[in-house]
Amino acid sequence: MIFGVTGAALVALGLYGLVTQPALLRKILAFNLLGGGVFLLFGVVARRGAVADPVPQALVITGLVVAFAATALALVLVLRLFQITGAATIAEDKTPP
Amino acid sequence: MEATPGGFLLVLMLVVPVTGLLLGFALGGRLAERMALWLLPPGLAMAAVLVAGLLHAKAPVVAFVGGWAPPLGLALRADGLAAAMLLTTALIIAAIALFARADYTTAPGAPEARAPLAFWCFLLALWAALNAAFLGGDLFNLFVALEMLTFGALALACLDGKATQFKAELRYLLFALIGSVLYLLGTVLLYGAYGTLDILLLAEAARADAPTIVAASLMTVGLLGKMALFPLHLWLPAAHAGAPPAASALLSGLVVKASYVLLLRLWFWVMPAALLLAVAPILALLGAAAILFGSLVALRQARLKLLVAYSTVAQIGYLFLMFPLVAGSAAEVAERAWTGGALQAISHAFAKAAMFLAAGVIARALGHDRIAELQGAARIAPLSVLAFGLAGLSLMGIPPSGGFSAKWLLLQAALDSGQWWWALVIVAGGLLTGGYVFRVLSAAMQGRSAPIFPLAPVDAAQERVALGLAVISVLLGLLPLGAFGLVLIGR
Repeated sequence: MIFGVTGAALVALGLYGLVTQPALLRKILAFNLLGGGVFLLFGVVARRGAVADPVPQALVITGLVVAFAATALALVLVLRLFQITGAATIAEDKTPP
Repeated sequence: MEATPGGFLLVLMLVVPVTGLLLGFALGGRLAERMALWLLPPGLAMAAVLVAGLLHAKAPVVAFVGGWAPPLGLALRADGLAAAMLLTTALIIAAIALFARADYTTAPGAPEARAPLAFWCFLLALWAALNAAFLGGDLFNLFVALEMLTFGALALACLDGKATQFKAELRYLLFALIGSVLYLLGTVLLYGAYGTLDILLLAEAARADAPTIVAASLMTVGLLGKMALFPLHLWLPAAHAGAPPAASALLSGLVVKASYVLLLRLWFWVMPAALLLAVAPILALLGAAAILFGSLVALRQARLKLLVAYSTVAQIGYLFLMFPLVAGSAAEVAERAWTGGALQAISHAFAKAAMFLAAGVIARALGHDRIAELQGAARIAPLSVLAFGLAGLSLMGIPPSGGFSAKWLLLQAALDSGQWWWALVIVAGGLLTGGYVFRVLSAAMQGRSAPIFPLAPVDAAQERVALGLAVISVLLGLLPLGAFGLVLIGR
């Protein structure tokens, strides 16, 4: 129960942060919160019943790898963007290029 | 369902591009290019053999990875829709590889650079991911395939390393990540409710209860975000228009179709019919809005590549008109609508790839892609303008073209099932498409009093590739309708 509620709270926090935060780094952190919440829910699903179900745990490991790769890729892009432009947001420019 | 003979072919279709990718990455730029080009004929042959086998046996091909049957193991399934998409993928990847040879080749004696190595490796990665997304028979497996697809597509789109590209692709990445997390959340709920993620096993068990509805909504919204269906299209125009031509063609032509096939699997295989009937009109309404909005905005674009990208937003809308026409219709009408939807996905893939490649050639030759200043483009790059026009015919739905057959089938299904309002949308979309295609063509065909010289030499081979894809998208309309019975196998 407590894990389920925590997972749901993490998902909500992460989604909120991902949508509202303008800074890219914060968006990426929010995505990780969101992912953490989903993985916690996998754990909740695995613990139901008398015997722990190994399948969701295997899925979580794969999911973690994917989320890690996504974070790394996003960070590299943000870093390059910062090196080129000195800005780390993707807010709309008002002046057309 | 039992594993069928020929299942080995499905495994091979995943293993071959991945092996090529790993070898190419280890051996370096020159060999990565050669590896990618060598793998094109076997890749095409495998897809063709699969299609021929399916047409002969009239039954899907199934393989269990490692011999373990679901729910313990993973299944790979190639039904008619998957086989048709696999062949489309192989043809377009081959065309794009030939197109990109001019841009990403390492000349003999020249030092190897990073961009060519990345291009050829990620091209193979994208191919493997697309094959996995069409063949996967397990919802979690499909999640991994979609993620591979996003990462590969993103890397290809950023190859030029411009700041505007990074911005556009980061927005794409954020949309795609939110989409995939929502999708993953849906799979957790489904696993919690049914204890399996295999599509066929889920289809037998699925009930129309609250957890299923929540899971289906989460997964659908996630996939719609990845497909950029109106109003989640915000990321698409900048991301698709800003990428290098070869990457734009892949993104617009193929990558969005993987999410589409997954959405079809979710609704037409997994979910109970009662839920589908409730959701289908909503999806089609969004699709209709996408057609009208995307086409109108495309009409107003000042830049050629952005126009083509907004045209993708509109054409994606057509794919969703199929939902209410298939759901709850008589068998014959449903078959027609299903064939129309699948044919729209395939003919749009060829036409849009051709358009983006042609637009890339024109933009490079003129040094800009402002539509108002395209005069003389038809003199500098005649084949590209021709390719753009032929692809435009298919998008408009002018007979005889693949787009015409697709839209005609959808139109007929709309009238036969008494849902005439979708027919109005199809016709209006066709007219608007005609508007923006002719806008480009009339600008490009205008002569210019002063002689005009291309800024960069036009590569005839690249022009021929774009033309070839456009010709295929038109020729699809000349195939007898029976040939498309393929996409009905295993439905």
